[in-house]
Amino acid sequence: MAAGKGLVKLDWLTIFLYIALVAMGWMNIYSASLDTTATSFWDLDQIYTKQLLWIFMSVILIVFILAIEAKFYERFASVIYLASLLSLLGLFVFGKTIAGATAWYSLGGVSLQPSEFAKAATALALSKFLTDIQVDIHKFTDQLKAFVIIALPAILILLQPDAGSLLIYVAFIFPLYREGLPFIYLLFGFFAAFLFVLTLAVGAYWVSGMVLLLAVFIFMVDFYKFKRKRPNTLKYIVIVAACIGFSFSVNYIFNNVFQQHQRDRFNILLGKEVDSKGIGYNLNQSEIAIGSGRWLGKGWTEGTQTKGKFVPEQHTDYIFSTVGEEWGFLGSMVVVFLFVGLIVRILILAERQKNAFSRIYGYSVASILFFHFFVNIGMVTGLFPTVGIPLPLFSYGGSALWGFTILIFIFIRLDGANSYYGL
Amino acid sequence: MRKILLLVVVLITGVVFAGRLFYLQVYDTSFQQLSQNNAVKVLYDYPQRGYIFDRNGELLVSNQPSYDVMVIPREVKPLDTTEFCKLLKITKGRFDTILQKAHVYSPRLPSVVIPQLTKSEYAFLSEKMYKYEGFYIQKRSLRDYQVAHSANVLGYIAEVNKRIIKENPYYQMGELIGKQGVELQYEELLRGVKGVKYIQKDRFNRDIGPFNNGAFDTLPKKGKDLTLTIDEKLQEYGEKLMVNKRGGIVAIEPETGEILSLVTAPNYDPGLLVGRERSKNFTRLWYDTIAKPLFDRGLQGEYPPGSPFKTLTALIGMQEAVIDSQEHIACHGGYFYGRGRKLACHRHPSPLAMVGGIANSCNTYFCTVYRRSIEKYPTPQKGMNAWENHLESFGLGHYLGYDLPSGRPGKIPDAETYNRMYPNNNWYATATISNAIGQGEVLMTPIQMANFTAAIANRGWYYTPHVIKKIEGTDTIPSEYTTKHQTTIDPKYFEPVVEGMHQVYTSGTAYYIGIPDIEICGKTGTAENFIRVDGKRMQLTDHSIFVAFAPKDNPKIALAVFVENGYWGSRWAGRIAGLMIEKYLKGEITRKDMEKYVLEGSLEEEYAKPYSGEPFKINR
Repeated sequence: MAAGKGLVKLDWLTIFLYIALVAMGWMNIYSASLDTTATSFWDLDQIYTKQLLWIFMSVILIVFILAIEAKFYERFASVIYLASLLSLLGLFVFGKTIAGATAWYSLGGVSLQPSEFAKAATALALSKFLTDIQVDIHKFTDQLKAFVIIALPAILILLQPDAGSLLIYVAFIFPLYREGLPFIYLLFGFFAAFLFVLTLAVGAYWVSGMVLLLAVFIFMVDFYKFKRKRPNTLKYIVIVAACIGFSFSVNYIFNNVFQQHQRDRFNILLGKEVDSKGIGYNLNQSEIAIGSGRWLGKGWTEGTQTKGKFVPEQHTDYIFSTVGEEWGFLGSMVVVFLFVGLIVRILILAERQKNAFSRIYGYSVASILFFHFFVNIGMVTGLFPTVGIPLPLFSYGGSALWGFTILIFIFIRLDGANSYYGL
Repeated sequence: MRKILLLVVVLITGVVFAGRLFYLQVYDTSFQQLSQNNAVKVLYDYPQRGYIFDRNGELLVSNQPSYDVMVIPREVKPLDTTEFCKLLKITKGRFDTILQKAHVYSPRLPSVVIPQLTKSEYAFLSEKMYKYEGFYIQKRSLRDYQVAHSANVLGYIAEVNKRIIKENPYYQMGELIGKQGVELQYEELLRGVKGVKYIQKDRFNRDIGPFNNGAFDTLPKKGKDLTLTIDEKLQEYGEKLMVNKRGGIVAIEPETGEILSLVTAPNYDPGLLVGRERSKNFTRLWYDTIAKPLFDRGLQGEYPPGSPFKTLTALIGMQEAVIDSQEHIACHGGYFYGRGRKLACHRHPSPLAMVGGIANSCNTYFCTVYRRSIEKYPTPQKGMNAWENHLESFGLGHYLGYDLPSGRPGKIPDAETYNRMYPNNNWYATATISNAIGQGEVLMTPIQMANFTAAIANRGWYYTPHVIKKIEGTDTIPSEYTTKHQTTIDPKYFEPVVEGMHQVYTSGTAYYIGIPDIEICGKTGTAENFIRVDGKRMQLTDHSIFVAFAPKDNPKIALAVFVENGYWGSRWAGRIAGLMIEKYLKGEITRKDMEKYVLEGSLEEEYAKPYSGEPFKINR
């Protein structure tokens, strides 16, 4: 059987990093959700006990994933993708609303969040699409198709509404770029993000002024440096107009389309509003908890902020604040190092894949993990606006744990099937 | 490029996070503080404040429980305000104002709603408190005064203010601290050490157990009981004698320097500064700027000492060898000096030697002695400094160093004083002649006068006066009160002065106020004084002054009595001194006539004169 043959070729370093992160994650969930009134460790009402159960079930899941023939994932990518879309659509009928988002299926006492599984499905579908021999990512129609594959689940998630999870789909720009998407898209995306933040920080009029000045400066340089060639004045005008238009529409969207809590999150991060009691409370408490950890932390289950439950959602999105408080700077660095290690390891493995499907999929996995890592820790340490997405393998939540487990172990399975070791 | 972009981005992110975490966790320490503030609550366990006893073991000050109704505004749930206000005996409007103020102070921290309930109010209210969430009753310990006197000695306790908290981090908002008298002087002994408990809180501010398993917690240490040198009965009697008069009585045991009583008048009942009426009463005392009941005249009143000072003039004259105690000096109604200037004297036999000079308080005699003392030296500057040096050895001109927190240094002029007054240092002994009889530039507090009297009683030495007799748990008192101070005067010169003071009673200015069976040595004093009202300098009736010690041999008590505007020395001060001595030595009064005179006499009319706005006559 293929599984038996593959087993020897599994990348044990990735598995080790996975186990290390899940184990540390559980320790922190235990500390963050510790309830002194609990009668027994095995009380299933306890969050840490539930998470332990999810982890054990993940092991079963892993065995299944590794047991399946690697080719299965490539062949059935479209089917899995469609099933995933259906599960997202089904939410509108059968979904259960928790905290304002209709993102859950309730099965007995267990809630499942299909959007956590949709990431893996989308990654499979995108990889499958890009490996098609007729697809050329340099062609605009194929770019558009790739975009649709990514956008479909993203839009369904946005409608739940769950803006945080939506953000993760931006991660797919990295595998696309790796496979030949023109750099201009990336640059354009980056520049748009830059203008977006700048507009919020200083206002559309200032941004317009700055863009105009910069354009005039470059035009002059262009004009005097290449005297023989006349600069394309029209090109300049279009670009400047686009930038200014974008800046003003950001202004408009921010003020009219964004919800108040989203506006607040940006404003706090940009220092425009100081509010440590209301909307800024989470971030403030999180920073206090992390900051009070110092070099070595207060020790596991000894964090005063964690015990006092000052940081809301500490066992889910803000789990890293527990790490910061109880394990200190050194512990936090270990966790950051493990995450970077896992992502880099997957990237290296992806580059070494013989077939394109595995490579693109591996790239997608690394990108998704990176985005979660980047947005979550950025948020918890106050570098990024508050966006509610979990820290992979750390945050409490069965769906998220399973989602990431599936994501990573499908890649490990694909990697195992490609016997590059002999090369 | 395409292969490594994501790799580079991931690595950069890792480095950025490392930097951010370093900043938050290691570089910026403010978060640690914040963490301590919101996650750990500190609870204090206050020990009993030490009791205060008098020299005979009579209890003066103990403690009483007091109950404050407190509120934590954000924990208040909707309540039946009308009923609650009725229970608290306040109006709805007042209740709302109090709650509003508490909220402004802090929604999370406790504020006082009604301070210091009586025991019956507490008993009644405590049954119903469960109905009012966010309100609770806080037990505190207040002082319970067993006596209605000695407020100036005992002092009082009050809530610490922000300045004290800043200077001394031991104290927290709302805690009590000694503010005056013994309570302030021996604050650290009396208060003990409070115990600390650290409690881990959750985000709802609920207790969830001891922080760090109580590793930082400490137990309270009980305050020490103090025994004072004050004689409770003598003190009470002294205050009774001083009713309707202003001034001070300071009585010292010469042998030890122990202060037997320290009376200031007017005074107040220390119980006024405890309980619900405290703030009202304190304001009333504080703003009485004419009678000044909070001003301790025995310690802080700087007065010209008047004639009792002549004993010192005599001692210095003998020590400087400018007069022999047997030399007679004639008096022709005054001391004539300079170009026809005269310092007047009253009628008395003449000529007089030292004993007679003191007994009859002859101005001429002492001006002569004083002038010789100064002029013995080549320059008046040198003479003045030598003279000042003798007086300093009696504890004059400087803070005396007793163990009470208020006081004044008094004033003994030296050469520098007059060099500043006269241009080109052009002055001579005659310019300062008033010093000879305790007027001029000389100023003393009554306790300084009592102290020099004690030094005379001891024939040449004294212990720094003090009120501490015993501290619970130790057998010693601070060493500055057990160190003997020797004066610059040879003991042999004291006998003629003591004899003179004795003759004050037998044939001198106090012949009619003697006490049967007690050999008292005393000296009368009558000092001119002036005040300014609306910028106009006015002379007031003379101060009545008396210093005395008894018995003549092996003295047990030395005292100074000062009665503002009491006219001549033996009239008020002399009588009071005699009564105090009799009370202390015999325990009962035989001179009932004298006692009646003092108890019934009042000087209130005299004190009202300068404020009447009309011209008035003095010394009547």
